[in-house]
Amino acid sequence: MLLRHTPKEIKERKALTVNPAKTCQPIGAMYAALGIHGCMPHSHGSQGCCAYHRSALTRHYKEPVMAATSSFTEGSSVFGGQANLIQAINNIFTIYSPDIIAVHTTCLSETIGDDVNQICQKARDDGKVPEGKHVIHCNTPSYVGSHITGYSNMLKGIIKYFSKSTGVKKDQINIISGWVEPSDMREIKRICRQMGVKIVLFPDTSDILDAPQTGVHAFYPKGGTTIPELISTGDSKFSLALGEFATDAAAKDLDSRCKVKFKTIDLPIGLSATDRFIVALSNSADVDVPASVTEERGRLVDIITDMQQYFYNKRVALFGDPDQLIPLTELLVDLDMRPVYIVSGTSGKVFERRIREILAESVPDAKVRNGHNADLFLLHQWIKNEPVDLVIGNTYGKYIARDEDIPFLRMGFPILDRVGHSYFPTVGYSGAMRILEKILNLLMDRQDRDSSEESFELVM
Amino acid sequence: MPEILIQRKKQVFRKGKDDFSIKCGKDSTAGSVSQRSCVFCGSRVVLYPIVDALHLVHGPIGCAAYTWDLRGSLSSGRQLHRMSFSTDLQEKDVVFGGEKKLYQSLVELIDKYKPKSAFVYATCIVGIIGDDVDAVCKRVSKEKGVPVLPVHSEGFKGTKKDGYKAACEALFKLVGTSEIKDTGKFSINILGDFNIAGETWMIRDYYSRMGVEVVSTITGDGRTDDICRAHGASLNIVQCSGSMMYLAKMMKEEYGIPFMRVSYFGIEDTSDALLKVAEFFKNTEIVARTKQLIKEETEIYLSEIYKYKNELEGKKATIYVGGAFKAFSLIKALDMIGMSVAVVGSQTGNQDDYARLKEMCDEGTIILDDSNPVELAHFSLEKNVDIFIGGVKERPMAYKLGIGFCDHNHHRKEVLTGYRGTLNFVREVYSSVMSPVWRFTNRK
Repeated sequence: MLLRHTPKEIKERKALTVNPAKTCQPIGAMYAALGIHGCMPHSHGSQGCCAYHRSALTRHYKEPVMAATSSFTEGSSVFGGQANLIQAINNIFTIYSPDIIAVHTTCLSETIGDDVNQICQKARDDGKVPEGKHVIHCNTPSYVGSHITGYSNMLKGIIKYFSKSTGVKKDQINIISGWVEPSDMREIKRICRQMGVKIVLFPDTSDILDAPQTGVHAFYPKGGTTIPELISTGDSKFSLALGEFATDAAAKDLDSRCKVKFKTIDLPIGLSATDRFIVALSNSADVDVPASVTEERGRLVDIITDMQQYFYNKRVALFGDPDQLIPLTELLVDLDMRPVYIVSGTSGKVFERRIREILAESVPDAKVRNGHNADLFLLHQWIKNEPVDLVIGNTYGKYIARDEDIPFLRMGFPILDRVGHSYFPTVGYSGAMRILEKILNLLMDRQDRDSSEESFELVM
Repeated sequence: MPEILIQRKKQVFRKGKDDFSIKCGKDSTAGSVSQRSCVFCGSRVVLYPIVDALHLVHGPIGCAAYTWDLRGSLSSGRQLHRMSFSTDLQEKDVVFGGEKKLYQSLVELIDKYKPKSAFVYATCIVGIIGDDVDAVCKRVSKEKGVPVLPVHSEGFKGTKKDGYKAACEALFKLVGTSEIKDTGKFSINILGDFNIAGETWMIRDYYSRMGVEVVSTITGDGRTDDICRAHGASLNIVQCSGSMMYLAKMMKEEYGIPFMRVSYFGIEDTSDALLKVAEFFKNTEIVARTKQLIKEETEIYLSEIYKYKNELEGKKATIYVGGAFKAFSLIKALDMIGMSVAVVGSQTGNQDDYARLKEMCDEGTIILDDSNPVELAHFSLEKNVDIFIGGVKERPMAYKLGIGFCDHNHHRKEVLTGYRGTLNFVREVYSSVMSPVWRFTNRK
């Protein structure tokens, strides 16, 4: 069957990527832009890019995803895409009337050398951008980095354009969200409310990519960070950046532009990372941690205590994006599980260093690979050589899970074959409880399935 | 806000009110949020179902990632087509060229998988940096003794349609490369069915019951060897004419094989198709067997289908498809259960297609070329349609509008062609139109 096409013997590959654990920059820029209220993402390139990104996001969220394209032709590839982009800006404002158009580039427009900054300025100068409306941009060459890089670049583009410092600080904290689900962004806001901290969260895809069914279709749903909020980020007293790969660069930019001090921490996935998030929030906003938060934490620790025997020593393979994998690996270690294989298509030395630190004591011989040739083909080969008890990753992991008959937990992007990710968070203490529940169900279902009649147990 | 862009006025036609020929086949208007895709997309979907071939995407990772196992084209043998192979071009490759990487990748892959053939898809950037893909393919082909075919699918060179053409050109290089042995007189190639949910298998079965030999299926559950000897068939049967007409025409010119355009959507069109093929061979036994098959199948499914007619009678539909040819069949299939079409459009229809649509549709029907979400939403609401028949990007929009949906594209999960497929289609339409969920939304 399908991945019987993966041989056990591992040969170092020179050039080839098979079954990637990443995708290209522009889709990240598109996802980040969707977290801005009233924003139309725009892809400056061939129309296939835009169609693919919209389809991928639609399949993952089961929501309408709007984005426009410069629809490059052979002519625009020779003479440059300026005319297309200016016409597009004009058409989008005429017919779709967004508040903001967020332009990102593609491999094509980058390689032919279009100066998107200059083209956007020309559109403004030519009066193609109506009063009170905005065109922002970022560069996202597909042959550099991954979808995470694109997300990070769009955040920088947003800050560069909107964040302003008036010199008067506001009693609010910026939370720059890494690439997580709308449900997670909603949960981050809930935790901050619970803590009594006033925040600006950006981007914020909740109420956009998890919009309720009302029988009325809004091209721009009510969610998303608003323009006044974005402008005010320059006056916030502090920024917390969640996830180094996706948000650190944006936090740095905001600091250098508007003197907003920042701290970059992990995404609050799992017990320890959420602890650090709560402490950072408490310190930066100077608030105490309320009892309700401590109690949530207590309930999480309670499940871990109750079910420790089921977690102990289980071998886990995980793949996905660095910002998720780092705290997730830490959670698995906290659960006394053994994360033995970890793969991310996104490059960056800091990834392996962080993972090695986390695993130094418990799994020093873990296999970790990211960037070049770090793909699901390699992960599958590792598993074939020494199996695991659980695979965690996006939908593409289902081939490996089926082929090797291993329980499979879907986490990450994209998830094309299940629902729930956009509605139920995995961040915070409650999010961790949900991860635990899912892991336990998988492991215990497997135990039930595989046990003989004599050892089939009612009480577990 | 205005719902139609000035540049698009001649692509939106209201039957009974407007009197102009639809301006089709033109480049999409930038910023209109076209639902169209690119050349690469067209080539990739057409060639992807060849299951014993390597499909290597030469470009940055995205093009390979988004098309990894993207369509439920089933295989009865190898599953090589469901893997994702990419040269994952990096900045240094863009500067210094990607030919070396392409060569290495091909060699690694061919050594590992021993495929019957290999397709190398050139993406946008390859066209810009000027890699000589043809030369690399030729070299590897010679060294490894496997046909390695370049597919010139640089995204910016047009629409999906141009991608179909590039795919057909690559296929045509395979056709005729092996000897014709034991191919009978009553033989055909099935062109333009992609075996989604097993549709090619079903159609193949019809032909075998008729006594017609199927030489190759291009490309559903496709095999390199079959394609290589496809020139031995007496007739090409072309469904999804948008994608495969190029190949049929080239085969006619080079090998004198006539072709026939058919559709297997709906009972009427399926019966017409099978009978036309049978009559082509002027063999009374084949004709008799075909009539028998049509009678049997119709008997089994027609009464089942009519069970849904009562409740669906008078309901209205929006149809938005890639190629317009499919729309004709859908209109007929809906008509059979008493449903009418209020809005119909295609991404890549031509003059003839739209003329035929104008003929087929009722007064007041909206006909759209290369439409966009704002138009599709606006007209579907204006016409108060009950179901939207379209593809992946349209589904959630339809639902948000409170309209039922049927995927007649890559995401169909059941056979929708032939007799059984017509019943499946009607059931899908019924289940969505009559779903109790609409009681909980405001619109209905």
